[in-house]
Amino acid sequence: MMTERMAAFSKSVLGQPWGLWWLQARRLVRIELRRNLFSWKAWWIYFLAFAPTAILLIHMLFETHPAFALGSDTNILAGIVQFYYIRLGVFFGCLSIFSRLIRGEMIERSLHFYLLAPVRREVLLLAKFAAGSISALLLFGSAMIADFALVYTGFGAAGQEYVFNGPGLSQLGAYLAIVALACLGYGAVFLLLSMILRNPTPAAMIVLGWEALNPVMPSLLQKLSVASYLRHLMPITVPGDGIFSLLTIQTEPVAAWEAAMGLLALIAVVLAYSCFRIRRLEIRYTTE
Amino acid sequence: MTAMNDRIVFENVSKFYGEVLGVNRVSLNIPPGVTTLVGPNGSGKTTLMNLMTGLVQPSSGHVSVLGLTPADADRFFRQVGYCTQFDSFPRRLTGREFLLDSLLLHGMSEGDAFRLAEEAIERVRLGDAGWRRIESYSKGMRQKIRLAQAIAHHPRVLVLDEPLNGLDPMARAESLALFQELSGLGMHLVISSHILDEVDRISDQVVLITGGYIVAEGDIHQVRREVRDKPMQVLIRCDQPELLASRMFTSNHCVEARLHADGKGVFLRTADIDEFYRLLNQIAVEGLIAIDAVAPADDDTLAIYQYLIGSDGSAS
Repeated sequence: MMTERMAAFSKSVLGQPWGLWWLQARRLVRIELRRNLFSWKAWWIYFLAFAPTAILLIHMLFETHPAFALGSDTNILAGIVQFYYIRLGVFFGCLSIFSRLIRGEMIERSLHFYLLAPVRREVLLLAKFAAGSISALLLFGSAMIADFALVYTGFGAAGQEYVFNGPGLSQLGAYLAIVALACLGYGAVFLLLSMILRNPTPAAMIVLGWEALNPVMPSLLQKLSVASYLRHLMPITVPGDGIFSLLTIQTEPVAAWEAAMGLLALIAVVLAYSCFRIRRLEIRYTTE
Repeated sequence: MTAMNDRIVFENVSKFYGEVLGVNRVSLNIPPGVTTLVGPNGSGKTTLMNLMTGLVQPSSGHVSVLGLTPADADRFFRQVGYCTQFDSFPRRLTGREFLLDSLLLHGMSEGDAFRLAEEAIERVRLGDAGWRRIESYSKGMRQKIRLAQAIAHHPRVLVLDEPLNGLDPMARAESLALFQELSGLGMHLVISSHILDEVDRISDQVVLITGGYIVAEGDIHQVRREVRDKPMQVLIRCDQPELLASRMFTSNHCVEARLHADGKGVFLRTADIDEFYRLLNQIAVEGLIAIDAVAPADDDTLAIYQYLIGSDGSAS
């Protein structure tokens, strides 16, 4: 009986028009990327991504870089990732990108065009999520690479040695993975909030507060924080002093793979609930 | 194809926006052809259209279009096109790009999408404006590009919410001709419009709605006949209209007479149409008055609207 049900389920899954959905998703992503990346409204996200890059560029051009300072600059870069990108840059960048995907189109009164297309709403939602993630990754990923290059370029041969024969490249890989997971995690949360609430910004501020308070919460609740997972992936942990302690997350030690899988599972749950919500989404522009 | 698979069906559908009534216990069975939704502002016309296309969900009841529901979006929206009243578009797109984006989501090739976009632009007579950004369009052009988007994929059901709004008389005539052509191809056209005298000419069915309730539905002439408590007006073309009027007034059912402006006819209002025609036939047979033509003068949508709903929008 169970085997028959499984066989029927498999047949039903395989019988779905996956090829069509994939094609539709790709085309939706293309439309969304055009809107996300090449709109004047995106200047704020470019600013959030590249503000540290501009500062590091000035630092590289106008400061001397003795070899003994390499360790402290490496810590500064880790601090930028830990305190700025994860807690502020990616957070607010994703808030801006992902809350526009559904709520922004409600406000602009153009969402109905998508809902009247022969596209399953789940495909629409996941394609919009993919487009938002690609936009965020392109901006914050390229900013991360640029920051990394600017920090070590000033050190000349010592910097090259650190990057190519030392731990540099693996640290860059870890930073990129952290930024990618941060984009996906915050993206999923803000996409859902933008469907539930007319104005997701106050809720985002609560999420920010939640992330700050999370370290003092029981370990079970710590699992409901994006930043707490990311902390375990940091190649260098910078202890927070003074005001930075508010942005520092201290959680129980967890293996990197476990943290990554935990965050991916959290993202999957949030997206599954978002798919459920979008099926009941109604167009009521007059109440927006 | 079963009968239900050729119909738009509302089964006891209600929609409430919080505590505000959208429509209440609507049951409809709409056949192919042109169906006009008539009702005052806020009567529930747009809600019915949004329910039909899944933009809002019924609070209770069930809606299906050709046996499909909007939940089955892949198949449903290949068959259905909806030209909404929302006058907004994705930013920074030309009319042609807007249509292409829309068609490509159907999963067709770029070549096919381009061909269908060109065809739709041609059909709504948008011409070279298709190459311009929609932000630069006049209201009438925006209406046309919305219509083009709704028909571009050759749907079998076309839902049009106030499609004549913003169009000049020439464009209105062209649109009506297009609707008539599409109806002739066996399509369903569901139209809401307040330009009743124009839409009336191409309507096969009428649905009268007010305050969220359906007050009448069906073939226009049939609906008019069912409104028995309202006297019907008939225009009779003849050589002696005054004499005809006096003869008709010998029976009690005639309540009003008015000479036609050209003096070659008379409008007569009767409370009993069957008795009216019986007497008229008798007069014709007598041969004293030469009767050239007889036509109902108030069984159009506008007249029925005024009888049933009233010019102030309150159902009588």
